[in-house]
Amino acid sequence: MSLLDKLDTGAAARKALLPEGIDVFGTPIEEVYSSTEARVGGRRILFFGTNNYLGLTFAPECLQAAHKAIDSEGTGTTGSRMANGSYSGHRALEKEFADFYHCRSSIVFTTGYQANLAMISGLAGTNDVILIDGDSHASIYDGCRLSGAEIIRFRHNDMADMEKRLRRLGERTRSTLIIVEGIYSMLGDQAPLADIVKIKNSYGSMLLLDEAHSLGVLGQTGQGLVEEAGLIDGVDFITGTFSKSLGSIGGYCVSNHLQLDQIRYVSRPYIFTASPSPATIASTRAALKLLRDGTELRKKLWRNARKLYSRLDELGYLLGPEPGPVIATILHSPQQAMMLWKGLFDYGIYVNLILPPAAPEGNSLVRCSVSAAHTEEQMDYVGNTFAELRKKIFK
Amino acid sequence: MAHDYNNILQKLCHHIGRFASSGIEIVPESDLINQLAIDSVKLLNLVMEIEDEFDISVPINVLADVQTVRDLADLIHKIKSAS
Ligand SMILES: Cc1ncc(COP(=O)(O)O)c(C=O)c1O
Repeated sequence: MSLLDKLDTGAAARKALLPEGIDVFGTPIEEVYSSTEARVGGRRILFFGTNNYLGLTFAPECLQAAHKAIDSEGTGTTGSRMANGSYSGHRALEKEFADFYHCRSSIVFTTGYQANLAMISGLAGTNDVILIDGDSHASIYDGCRLSGAEIIRFRHNDMADMEKRLRRLGERTRSTLIIVEGIYSMLGDQAPLADIVKIKNSYGSMLLLDEAHSLGVLGQTGQGLVEEAGLIDGVDFITGTFSKSLGSIGGYCVSNHLQLDQIRYVSRPYIFTASPSPATIASTRAALKLLRDGTELRKKLWRNARKLYSRLDELGYLLGPEPGPVIATILHSPQQAMMLWKGLFDYGIYVNLILPPAAPEGNSLVRCSVSAAHTEEQMDYVGNTFAELRKKIFK
Repeated sequence: MAHDYNNILQKLCHHIGRFASSGIEIVPESDLINQLAIDSVKLLNLVMEIEDEFDISVPINVLADVQTVRDLADLIHKIKSAS
């Protein structure tokens, strides 16, 4: 089959499954009204599938900081962190991330995806082993592949399964990197961090925790699962993203290991890409302060998350194992998921649709993300719409 | 040795049967993706079952070279013999 034929075959399969007239995987947003609403196809649409957990994308402090940076430093750095792309803002943000976690040092990356690629491939190599949760994000899988290390998966959040796989590695556990996520992007459940830390210590391995979805969401000051569990000393490396609770784009890693700095010299995803723009860095710095002081935002976020989770649960939807800002309804067929997604969209609600093979266990997901910026009325409207569709689709 | 190998093949076919499209005969020459409809995600989950059945570690990066049931049996045999 030619290169282009392969693409045609994939495109035909996709078109057969998806409804006509709307681009599900590339919904054109025509105008953005606020952190929760936009115009799509000429209609007002309510966002329930963004990762804007704290609703900071229009925070005046962030807008102002970004405006100022763009005026004084320009639209882009046009260079790598290793060359001309490390402005004082980039270095200041690294210092602020390290202080925020009370850790020795931090590195800022261009995206969260690249933070994982850079850290994983910078830490592990050909003769090492990486042990990952089966539900890991694509950036973790890709980072593992880039590293050239042997990749072993354990069953999602199953500690007996993880330990069994470590045991089989024998002495090699001393050159093994374990990778888990604070809150899993697919089902919205949390990693059993205390058990993971205990096990990794007993086998002498290293632990990398991706707090992409838990930064700003868990812990007193929003550090993530690591703070919620009180285990900052048990985790070797924490990665995360600016693209969710911080409302911009970029990634970071923090660690107490002095060796973190060496990543800057060996890691291709850090070196061979341009650094984040000055405006991005400036808005992220402002957002990090709001996040740290955002106890009220976190309370509101969790109130909204629990409310929607229990409403959908009462309605009889099959959900991920625990409430959180990521709420996944699990459907057994892509067609059913498609109907629910389209139904919500027709009522003016945008959520995420995840079809096999992207969703775990061959399921399909209709995934909502809740924000602190969602109002009571918006929450009720979404709950009522799910109730309405329940009757229609699952009669 | 031959006995070992056949034993591996037999157990492997049992596990593959739980992932493959039903009603299709599983033979050593069967192509995992094209004939048995074991997609990339199913293959990863099959690997976890294989690891548990044979008490071995099978890194998922070595799967790039695996196309048929026999390829997979060879791989298990190689890992088992080395451990
Ligand atoms: C668990 C996890 N890690 C990393 C990323 C990548 O983040 P970014 O959007 O900054 O590339 C995501 C985002 O989807 C994610 O869900």
